[in-house]
Amino acid sequence: MDTDIVNPVVETKPAFTAAEIKMRARGVCVYYGDKKAVDNVSLDMGTEHVTAFIGPSGCGKSTFLRTLNRMNDTIASARVEGRIELDGEDIYDPSMDVVQLRARVGMVFQKPNPFPKSIYENVAYGPRIHGLARGKSELDEIVEGSLKRAGLWEEVKDRLTESGTALSGGQQQRLCIARAIAVDPEVILMDEPASALDPIATARIEELIHELRGRYAIVIVTHNMQQAARVSQRTAFFHLGELIEYGDTSEIFTNPKVPRTQDYITGRYG
Amino acid sequence: MSRAPTDWNGDAMRRRVKRRYGSERRFKALGFAAIAISVAFLAFLLWTMVANGIGGFMETRVKIAMDFPRSDLMIDPALLKGEERHQVLANADIEGAVAAAAQAQYGADGADLVSEAGWLRVREAISDDPGLLGRRAEFWLPASSQFDLAGKGEGSPELQRQYRALEKAGALERAFNTRFLTSGDATDPATVGIWGAFKGSLLTMLVTLAIAFPIGVLSAVYLEEYAPRNQWTSIIEVSINNLAAVPSIIFGLLGLAVFLNVMHLPRSAPLVGGMTLALMTMPVIVIAGRNALKAVPPSVRDAALGVGASPVQVVFHHVLPLALPGILTGTIIGMARALGETAPLLMIGMRAFIATPPGGITEPASVLPVQIFLWSDEVSRGFVEKTSAAIIVLLIFLMAMNGLAIYLRNKFERRW
Repeated sequence: MDTDIVNPVVETKPAFTAAEIKMRARGVCVYYGDKKAVDNVSLDMGTEHVTAFIGPSGCGKSTFLRTLNRMNDTIASARVEGRIELDGEDIYDPSMDVVQLRARVGMVFQKPNPFPKSIYENVAYGPRIHGLARGKSELDEIVEGSLKRAGLWEEVKDRLTESGTALSGGQQQRLCIARAIAVDPEVILMDEPASALDPIATARIEELIHELRGRYAIVIVTHNMQQAARVSQRTAFFHLGELIEYGDTSEIFTNPKVPRTQDYITGRYG
Repeated sequence: MSRAPTDWNGDAMRRRVKRRYGSERRFKALGFAAIAISVAFLAFLLWTMVANGIGGFMETRVKIAMDFPRSDLMIDPALLKGEERHQVLANADIEGAVAAAAQAQYGADGADLVSEAGWLRVREAISDDPGLLGRRAEFWLPASSQFDLAGKGEGSPELQRQYRALEKAGALERAFNTRFLTSGDATDPATVGIWGAFKGSLLTMLVTLAIAFPIGVLSAVYLEEYAPRNQWTSIIEVSINNLAAVPSIIFGLLGLAVFLNVMHLPRSAPLVGGMTLALMTMPVIVIAGRNALKAVPPSVRDAALGVGASPVQVVFHHVLPLALPGILTGTIIGMARALGETAPLLMIGMRAFIATPPGGITEPASVLPVQIFLWSDEVSRGFVEKTSAAIIVLLIFLMAMNGLAIYLRNKFERRW
């Protein structure tokens, strides 16, 4: 009945050279108990690229995202099969240190979740626990630099001691981004980072993603197809736990190879 | 068949509305009555306690004039300078001299007006100032319990008449009984004190806190944050919940069997009392702690894990500080329950008569609720108001603990 061949994924052309590949997933399946949430997903994520995961609710895109820094480990019933590499290293290998992995692969969550501490402490926490700063002045520099890169410095520089939770929703999310980049990660995972924000705050976040792309590999899950089209270079379409199509964003949105992608993009379901 | 249009203004509808308002009013009245009854009970309790107990903080004192040079006391003031003065004072019949002075002033029954232990104050005064022995001196000694009661309109009519006569003559005074707050238990209600039991309670609570808080909090953290969800943890969970509901006397038996008979720890000591009460308090802290930890939003854990905090760092830097107000509240509630507990302490010997306040956690002691229980059991009428006074002290202790709980909760409470 399904005419589209889902796996292996329809790749228009090899997207990245070997040097450009930051993360690589091969045959990844995720189970919650007996339920298969992600089914045999293989894809590459390039450095200095924004990769967007789109698809209807419950399609497994967030679950897959959370396997990339092993956040699924905290869910007792979750089980991951397959291989995920960061710079060629298997992140599910027993020798991989999860704490360091999460420092290298940072994460921004759907709902802004600053710590109930001061703005300064929010950003300084990561560098402090990883010992990234030798002394107060260096830590101050990291905090200032991270807040500047997150485009929040001008708004908060005079009130760094105020609670992070007192900021507006958009500011909180930028604070969370500052917190993530303060530990100097290589990859930033964003799980619908703008879905709880108003359009203006969303635009700020999207601008920020553009700016950050030059330095990090960014993987973003979004419900909003316009957003995916605006911010990403590569787009993966998930449906019912499977990766249906993965390709250049322009290609996916203008000329999808698989009918199901076409249907989703044109709003026939989802 | 089509539905008839609803008649919103018909009689049936009006009756229904009336019934609804009626039931509303009845419910409000019942609720108000329930509140009124509980407030009335509380007010009655407080009023009787205060009305009975306030007298327990006061003492009646009788003026006794002692003319030492003329008395039968044979004490050489020179001997009172050295180390042997306690021995010298113990050998002298001060009690007899005081009784003789009282009889000389107030007639044949005079000695009965002064409390049995009243003469001890004369001894203390001589010990402090041996010069007294060379002159006349006046002492205000605590009245005996029955004479004190006569002043309140109880006891024999002759004694009551005598009380009024002495009062008129200026030989009586009523004053705040500081010794009630500073001394230990005694056999004479006029000279008992609450300090021994108070200190015993304080030491017992410290032992309880030192044992139950760390064990309880660590158990809660482990069960909530680390333990895998399996059969074993659910068995442990059920056991802890059941433990919180076990009657306290059983913990007393456990303490008796394990701490005294197996471990041979000192009997009647706050150490053992505190350990026994810690067994009782710990499940309460575990349950409160787990609820407080559960209430910390998962987003905080995600945020900390997301920047690469290790599980221990997540717990101690983020989750525990946010759960602390809840844990503290639960702890104080558990401690308040332990403070009021009598039964388990009876089993480990804390009901013994102990006149000296405990110097440490291994010395024999009593605690406030046990002291109240013991005094309420005494035959002498004088203990009635002392019992009420002790209850007031216990209630103040409890209120202080609850006040501390509220203060700590507000201090550590943070919004997220």
